[in-house]
Amino acid sequence: MLRFDPGPRAVGALKAVIFVAALAPAARLAVAVAAFPEWLGTNPAEYITRSTGDWTLRFLLATLAVTPLRRLSGWHWLVRLRRMLGLFAYAYGVAHFASFVAFDHVFAVDEILKDIVKRPFITVGFAALVLMTPLALTSTNAMVRRLGGKRWAALHRLVYAIAVLGVVHFWMMVKRDVTEPAVYGLVLAVLLGYRVAVARGRARDAAAAQRAAPPVR
Amino acid sequence: MLIKRPDDTCPSEITPPEIYARRRELMKAAAAGSIVAAAGGLSSRGASAQGGGLAKLDGVRKSAYSTVEQPNTYRQITTYNNFYEFGTDKDDPARYADRLKVKPWTVVVEGEVRKPRTFGIEELVKLPLEERIYRLRCVEAWSMVIPWVGFEFRELAKLVEPTGNAKFVEFVTAYQPETMPGVRLPVLDWPYVEGLRIDEAMHPLTILAVGLYGEVLPNQCGAPIRLVVPWKYGFKSGKSIVRIRFTDKQPKTAWEKAAPHEYGFYSNVNPDVAHPRWSQKKEKRLPSLFATRDTVIFNGYGDQVASLYAGMDLKKNF
Repeated sequence: MLRFDPGPRAVGALKAVIFVAALAPAARLAVAVAAFPEWLGTNPAEYITRSTGDWTLRFLLATLAVTPLRRLSGWHWLVRLRRMLGLFAYAYGVAHFASFVAFDHVFAVDEILKDIVKRPFITVGFAALVLMTPLALTSTNAMVRRLGGKRWAALHRLVYAIAVLGVVHFWMMVKRDVTEPAVYGLVLAVLLGYRVAVARGRARDAAAAQRAAPPVR
Repeated sequence: MLIKRPDDTCPSEITPPEIYARRRELMKAAAAGSIVAAAGGLSSRGASAQGGGLAKLDGVRKSAYSTVEQPNTYRQITTYNNFYEFGTDKDDPARYADRLKVKPWTVVVEGEVRKPRTFGIEELVKLPLEERIYRLRCVEAWSMVIPWVGFEFRELAKLVEPTGNAKFVEFVTAYQPETMPGVRLPVLDWPYVEGLRIDEAMHPLTILAVGLYGEVLPNQCGAPIRLVVPWKYGFKSGKSIVRIRFTDKQPKTAWEKAAPHEYGFYSNVNPDVAHPRWSQKKEKRLPSLFATRDTVIFNGYGDQVASLYAGMDLKKNF
């Protein structure tokens, strides 16, 4: 395994770089809306909604990639990036929802509620955003302490359901060509499948350990 | 038939053409001009002229059916298209449709007609051409205003003389696997087929368009000939038509086959019939960010076409 163990300073610097990079898509959209709408093509609102939705899913997948990468590479410092990635997923999710509220419905609350109830792909997307909210709110160190590690971890397993809902939302949204949502779905399947495999392996090892006497070294 | 002037949105309601687009056009024209000058001195197009530098169409008359609303820019109309044969992203057609083989092009007109015939595109552009500035409403809840050039479908029908059995018209569009990257995926049942009831087809608003902004159609907009039915959602207006069949049976359209509960045969613009994905109450006039416009029944062409559907349940026959 490739050894790479940056010190706390280096990790901090890397975090800063990722933070700036993660803001870039949003900054580009903001600059475009303010001064260069032609960057966003003929339907700028759709561009913004699509792009913020895409980034929500990408950050969700990046968040879920931390654990497998960590295990496979032994780069345990990766976990220090996870909270930030998750919070970016939430921020882009909120921006995505805000673009729907502002552009598609121009803040008409009754129509927004009707859409959430009546259009299944919106229901699913909205559910994902709602479920992300407690995770974002309990992301601080103080909240981890208050909840206690086990309860906190149990709550944050919601991210699996959230990611599934996110991909399903995208899948239901496209009219015919499901290539793109299928790619996200495949990546998610690998990331979740890895966890299932690890859990199974553990259960098997435990069972084997019970059956046979532990080897003496 | 009584020809009424469409009752339009007043021009003051409409966002004026964006200055930024203008500015870029100027820059582009200047750049094109310098390239042309360097190449040896042909004159460049005027900076304010709209168009793509394609062949001009001759003898195009104005029409009372045109809206007075401000048309979208040539660039907006030609870079944001649904033409799934070239890919499902809106910018795919502009990127790939130049591959479409449009010469030679023939349109077979057959079925319940006395004089079935195959027309070359050269003959069709000699039919009485008019500029028709129409609103285009997409089922995806956005709209544009487009200055088509075309002839009324009924002018073509006259030449082939439909029989009494002609109750519907089926429009079959081009299928060119060698030029169309999108048909490799079974996104729809290719070739794309659309259909109209005969009275809808024969309505003077229904045109076969051969041009845009006074020029021949760019490929991504359905060159060299496409249907335009302005009171229906955009997907009813099939692109790059190769075969027109008059029939006694209602044609099965591509979108009906793909998702019968979402896309009906009629697909008239109707704010009261929701699509599973779009409520259809409002629409976004591109390039505006906000869906602030109320969707109007029959896309605002109700004065002309509502009588076609007298006594019909438009919610059932969506």
